[in-house]
Amino acid sequence: MNKARRNPANIIAAHSILILYTVIALFPVFVILINSFKTRRAIFREPLALPDAESFSTVGYETVFNQGDFFGYFQNSMIVTVASLFFILLFGAMAAFALSEYRFKGNTLMGLYLALGIMIPIRIGTVAILEMMVNTGLVNTLWALILVYTAQGLPLAVFILSEFMRQVSDDLKNAGRIDGLSEYTIFFRLVLPLVRPAMATVAVFNMIPIWNDLWFPLILAPAEATKTLTLGSQVFIGQFVTDWNAVLSALGMAIFPVMVLYVIFSRQLIRGITSGAVK
Amino acid sequence: MRKPPIRWHILVFLAPAVLVYTAIMIIPLFNTLRLALFDEVDRTRVFVGLDNFRTLFGDPLWSDAFLNALGNNFWFFLIHMLVQNPIGILLAAILSHPRLRFAALYRTAIFVPTILSFVIVGFAWKLILSPIWGIAPGMMDAVGLDDYFLPWLGLEGTALTTLALISVWQFVGIPMMLIYAALLSIPEEILEAGECDGITGAAAFWKIKLPLILPSIGIISILTFVGNFNAFDLIYAAQGALAGPDFSTDILGTFMYRTFFGFQLQLGDPHMGSAIASAMFAIILIGVCIYLFGIQTRMRRYQF
Repeated sequence: MNKARRNPANIIAAHSILILYTVIALFPVFVILINSFKTRRAIFREPLALPDAESFSTVGYETVFNQGDFFGYFQNSMIVTVASLFFILLFGAMAAFALSEYRFKGNTLMGLYLALGIMIPIRIGTVAILEMMVNTGLVNTLWALILVYTAQGLPLAVFILSEFMRQVSDDLKNAGRIDGLSEYTIFFRLVLPLVRPAMATVAVFNMIPIWNDLWFPLILAPAEATKTLTLGSQVFIGQFVTDWNAVLSALGMAIFPVMVLYVIFSRQLIRGITSGAVK
Repeated sequence: MRKPPIRWHILVFLAPAVLVYTAIMIIPLFNTLRLALFDEVDRTRVFVGLDNFRTLFGDPLWSDAFLNALGNNFWFFLIHMLVQNPIGILLAAILSHPRLRFAALYRTAIFVPTILSFVIVGFAWKLILSPIWGIAPGMMDAVGLDDYFLPWLGLEGTALTTLALISVWQFVGIPMMLIYAALLSIPEEILEAGECDGITGAAAFWKIKLPLILPSIGIISILTFVGNFNAFDLIYAAQGALAGPDFSTDILGTFMYRTFFGFQLQLGDPHMGSAIASAMFAIILIGVCIYLFGIQTRMRRYQF
């Protein structure tokens, strides 16, 4: 180790840059959260002060609960995200297994075909997707969103999972074959458990964009009964734009679940990105 | 040797993914390109060839709006390339320093904005920059810069740049993480070999690490490009479908949304919307091809 790497001035400089940026990154979230628990007066008087006994108020959250169906929105977001992730993982893993395990005519071509969708955003086809959903009667159902997100997530899922499945030992699978296991059993019982970390990475990658998407809920499922949390908070805030307590609380309501998920999955997410899954 | 039987299980494994992907992604994509060649006359769909594109590029009513959105989109992308990626690289370079304490903590905190939805990000910044609430003017007052405060999101000249910077704030975590991963994969021996030759500190970064992470920078650039050219959510959340003030923050995504879905008094026009979508498709395709054939193949990759 040389001197430059140990130089205390460098270390202080490094920490000050990181602290500065951490403050920039967290400040807006912090301001929204503390002000969502304050009275209207306190929000404007002392926007940067923490809520105390005098300024504490949950009036904003009361408005949010009385006026908006946030539990319904949350439930819709949950259903859409979990169902889409389930289909992405199941179908993606199956296709990845076929591509990585078997040699057949058109294998490479099929891989390229599925990989096209990694670079081409599905939004380009929105006009025809909307038309199709209208014709099939799926507009304003959660199925429309689940199908779209499944299609959107599959290309990258297949790509990442087949990379990992190539590393599963052939001996293990052949041992299974000698024992008379069917190809399906080999996939579900032997291979899937071994690629579980890769599946988790794919799940976490897809979770955030699906949960946060505004475009497809706005276009395919804007009805009150099918609004997702993202769209629901967007519409709610648009209606209550002058009620600062309600707006701040609605933002707080939208932040909480994501933060909880992030705290649970952050390690997985960061490991997924840094393990080079996107290379 | 007998002919092997058809292996049905391969078909079973592939079918669901291929069907969903083809039905929901590929067919609508080509259908949208096809719809761009049609128009509605007397409630029936008629083939009009390239007329929609002639309108889009030739009719000043349309072409001005299109060029405005396209230009804004390029500016939006440029800000990301010039601000987001250098900051991401800087943060990653610091974080990858061996034996830096609290590295995991910083990493987790800096990534927080990336997981928030555009709605939260758009409104949170709108409130903070709002002259009514006064957080931004108050803070600038505290450091004696209050004369420089402007309602940035409300001015035609600054709204787009402000939104681009908000988007940078939101997404800086992604280049940071990818570069961080690339830096960690550089073997210690290479850096030590450099040290023996007297290359340390900043010189080691510029002369050894930077050339080695160029492929990752390439990937980040193309991800940024594709992401920016189908961006929509942040502008819609912060400025609405009209992308105000006076369309100064209009980008291709909002322009396409207004055109095909309609807004307020304007009726939606799926065919012109498809024409805009086709133009976006062409732009993204050109960008991806430039990357794949012009940049990626020329970049030298090192195997460790």
